[in-house]
Amino acid sequence: MSAALLIDFGSTYTKLRAVDLGKRRIIGSGQGPSTVTTDITIGMKLALADLERHCGGLPRFQHRLASSSAAGGLRMVTIGLVRELTAEAARQAALGAGAKLVGTFAYRLNAADLARILELRPDIVLLAGGTDGGNAEVVLHNAAALAASALECPIVYAGNRDAADQARARLGARLVACTGNVMPEFNVLDIEPARSAIRQVFIDRIVHAKGIDRAAAEFDSVLMPTPAAVLEGARLLADGLPGTRGLGDLLVVDPGGATTDVHSIAAGGPAPGVIPQGLPEPRVKRTVEGDLGMRHNAATLAAAAGLEALARDAGLEPGRMSELLLQFGTDVERLPASAEEVALDRALARAAVRIAVRRHCGTTETVYTTTGPVTVQHGKDLSRVEAVIGTGGALVGSTEPRAVLGMALFDPAEPLSLRPRAPRLLLDREYLLYACGLLQAAEPQAALELALGHLAVLDQETDHERARHA
Amino acid sequence: MTPPRARTIVTGVIGSDTHIVGNRILTMALEKAGYKVVSLGALTPAADFVRAAVETRADAILVSSLYGQGELDCRGFRDLCVEAGLEGILLYVGGNLVVGKRSWEETERTYLGMGFDRAAAPGTRVETVIEWLGRDFAAREQGPRRAGT
Repeated sequence: MSAALLIDFGSTYTKLRAVDLGKRRIIGSGQGPSTVTTDITIGMKLALADLERHCGGLPRFQHRLASSSAAGGLRMVTIGLVRELTAEAARQAALGAGAKLVGTFAYRLNAADLARILELRPDIVLLAGGTDGGNAEVVLHNAAALAASALECPIVYAGNRDAADQARARLGARLVACTGNVMPEFNVLDIEPARSAIRQVFIDRIVHAKGIDRAAAEFDSVLMPTPAAVLEGARLLADGLPGTRGLGDLLVVDPGGATTDVHSIAAGGPAPGVIPQGLPEPRVKRTVEGDLGMRHNAATLAAAAGLEALARDAGLEPGRMSELLLQFGTDVERLPASAEEVALDRALARAAVRIAVRRHCGTTETVYTTTGPVTVQHGKDLSRVEAVIGTGGALVGSTEPRAVLGMALFDPAEPLSLRPRAPRLLLDREYLLYACGLLQAAEPQAALELALGHLAVLDQETDHERARHA
Repeated sequence: MTPPRARTIVTGVIGSDTHIVGNRILTMALEKAGYKVVSLGALTPAADFVRAAVETRADAILVSSLYGQGELDCRGFRDLCVEAGLEGILLYVGGNLVVGKRSWEETERTYLGMGFDRAAAPGTRVETVIEWLGRDFAAREQGPRRAGT
């Protein structure tokens, strides 16, 4: 048997998936605690023992590939010039690389900004600013400011290429990669070079800095941060491979304990006659909603959803709901036990999916001109995506995953929001997206077939839901 | 030795105005004349001109307005530039700049009063604009911030 081991060094658990590459099936799963703060090998050994118990012995693994979101994930700070332009492009590049974005800065860094960056303890700083041949002054000012600061982390430069040599001279050894500009021309987004540079710095330096390589005897390589693995898995599923069709344009939503992540793989361009405005959006796009978490950020999620609406959806009395929310926010490992908790969890997940997908998708607006009304689009038009995939514990553990994932769909009450209208709803029941994202680096065909074969279809909707989304 | 950097010019149609054709012709002519053009197209808010000019270190912004509402859209344009650190940038405006019966002299005065260096009357040829640019850039190299007459 030809087998692969896929490892996720998470912030709470070390998770393993063993897969049979020939038969395209899961051999078994194992889980151990995350012990990265002490010695990562302890959690890894426990997870392997757990896997062995489930499989009745371990096969010889041809590949052992890992992703990591342990030790705080890949903490990144991005710096650009104009907030809506290069600063936004840098932000998109960091998110696409699977980073946990802890700070974004624009224009000239001042003393307070630098103090704040030090406080944020980034693993990597991405420095951008100016189009190629455009403004060089600000990015060089910022390079000098970073060079003069006590900041020690690696810096990736993705700004005006005319200023690259001078930036390198100012930053010295701290500049570990000098890559293509995130915005080489005005309003042209080119984040792939920065994404791969960040990924490489992660592999070369961060894995060691975080002590993940202490478990190096148990794996071949840590390829990327876990969110990037999910994004790669989504990309593979959407695009397919020569000879094997993918699912087409799709959206992935992952309502988690601390944040809700949304990934889309779709060009999302405007429909005929609609005029796009603002920065072009990346085809492979990830957004992270830091205020929409089912546990750590249950209070801000409830506030975003509106307490009354949330209580109504959960069928709970508002006072009682507030008590439960408080418990969820402090006891972040809590799995819902009572009927009340299950109901609140369902309502929280529904709100997280609805709001996060609404923020991820673009909007249209009617502008009245002297020649008549014109439709203008901001962001991505995801109304025609063919699949919406739910992943993560809140969806997989839910008794009504369709009722939760359905919240990603177009809502007639918000007609200007370009959310999916008629996609297939799929559930990543086996938590395979990250695993396939990792595996595709070594065995793309097996990874694709494995992912395609293990998504559960959620199309058996109840009548009242069908009515709501019609 | 590297060749001298081509001057960068931002063009676009301001406000809720979709008349793009004249602006496209102007953009093509400017490119042919050797300028690097950042073309923002139709329906461009004033702030977007300024953001684009900051990021691309533009030397001039050429604003088109064809639908008669330019006076409202362009109000405070120079102030926006000053705010963004573009004090010395060359600003031109052109098109059907006002509605109703107002003499060109009066219209021009209005726009120059708003801080534009030049206002182009309807029917101004692109050759004229290119000639203005040549003269104004040359004047700026002599002494900054003084457009020719």
